[in-house]
Amino acid sequence: MDETITMQVTRYRPDKTTQPVPVDYQVPLRKEWTVLDGLNHIKATRDETLSFRWSCRMGICGSCGMNVDGEPRLTCGTFLSDYAPGPVRVEPLANFPIVKDLIVDLSDFMEKLPRVKPWIIRDDDVTEIDGEYLQTPEELDAYKQFSMCINCMLCYAACPVYGLDPDFVGPAAIALAERYDLDSRDHGSRERLDVLIERDGVWGCTFVGECTKVCPKHVDPAGAIQRYKLKAAQESVKAVLLPKAWRRTKGRR
Amino acid sequence: MKFRVLPFVWLTFSGGGVIAAVFLPILVILLAFALPLGWVDPSHQHLEGVVESWFTRLVLFALMVPMLVHAAHRFRYTVYDGLQVKHKGLVAFACYGGAMALSLVAFYVLGTV
Amino acid sequence: MSTSVTRVPSYQRRMSVFWWVHKRSYFLFVMRELSSLFVAWFVVYLLMFIAAVGGGAEKYDAFLDRASSPLFLVVNAVALAFLVLHTITWFALTPQAMVLNLGGRRVPGVLIVAAQYVGLAAVSAFIYWLVVLA
Repeated sequence: MDETITMQVTRYRPDKTTQPVPVDYQVPLRKEWTVLDGLNHIKATRDETLSFRWSCRMGICGSCGMNVDGEPRLTCGTFLSDYAPGPVRVEPLANFPIVKDLIVDLSDFMEKLPRVKPWIIRDDDVTEIDGEYLQTPEELDAYKQFSMCINCMLCYAACPVYGLDPDFVGPAAIALAERYDLDSRDHGSRERLDVLIERDGVWGCTFVGECTKVCPKHVDPAGAIQRYKLKAAQESVKAVLLPKAWRRTKGRR
Repeated sequence: MKFRVLPFVWLTFSGGGVIAAVFLPILVILLAFALPLGWVDPSHQHLEGVVESWFTRLVLFALMVPMLVHAAHRFRYTVYDGLQVKHKGLVAFACYGGAMALSLVAFYVLGTV
Repeated sequence: MSTSVTRVPSYQRRMSVFWWVHKRSYFLFVMRELSSLFVAWFVVYLLMFIAAVGGGAEKYDAFLDRASSPLFLVVNAVALAFLVLHTITWFALTPQAMVLNLGGRRVPGVLIVAAQYVGLAAVSAFIYWLVVLA
């Protein structure tokens, strides 16, 4: 196949260069090749020092997120032929600091995620279960969409609020909090609300909606955040209007 | 439960957004175009009658305040996201303060009509 | 958390002040947010209008003359454009923000959007009646 496409790939070596620069590579334009295939081709045949994250190459691990022509994409699911005749820009995932080449530092998210307690919280101190916790299909449907998150961080790359204010807890973290709040087996919504009711929690979101647009698993984090805002507002009103009765309702103290 | 003001501001912002979305288009068309340009011609007496009713003035005040809070809240975020003016306290004070000042003006105008 | 994280030196990219200019969806978002200025403007104009009505027939006619000057017409035309943008975007986003369940089934988003437009029509008809016809 004679056709090629130019990939403009960001290179950055902290010990060698002071800032990231784009470098052009000619890559075969094969019909079924993804951007990830192109990067692996460059690494195998042109420059073995090119560094980037990837794993499953089928859109489930969330490792290969990068900005392709300015859009956050999973490179394993983005076809080079869609950008023909090219050139196609491949940059590190936006809104995260660059460690090397296309690798970004995700430790900010790693710090934020546990803050929203993304696990089942129970208010009974049961340590041994006599069988499984049963759940109906309807109860599963209530949170299933939000459980699809693969932590690929494309939503953080698309969110201008996160780009401008790194304190913002961000779309995926809130969607995951909502996933557990809506789970019938969970009793921890009050604890999560205490974290997300702060200014850097849900209120930083201005409903741009880009996070939902780029999510490869159709989680709809923007929807989760707006629903969370409404929930926080309802709980706040209830706390003011009926404080004693409200304190007796579900959730750990 | 933690008490925070932001949820209540957000509720007012949301209410104001609904009010603005539903009431303002027709009001702009009528009061900024149809009446000044003479497309329709209700008498001054009629308008006076509508506006002087204490009920109308109360409703107008109840509609205007959330719209002002809506504008202040949204504009405050635009200023620090869009323009990246990072003095959070000052921007919040200017925006919500402006909304409060305009609410007082509304109270005065509607009260003395 | 008790995990120790190795801090790696990294390069921080800055977002330009014009981040919203380069992409259509970001541009529309900022325009939608700027509509807030015109909401505030129109509340002011409404107060001016009401004050003029209350000030007597002459003051009212003088106000209508001012309101039909090119400056006011242009400002209000721009305001109308932004306010229509606010209405359309607000209605379109509501189904994403609110999950309504009726009789165990989720109400489709299209119905929620349609219901809002029906509300808009009803309110507009009422106000038209109140101001012009009654």
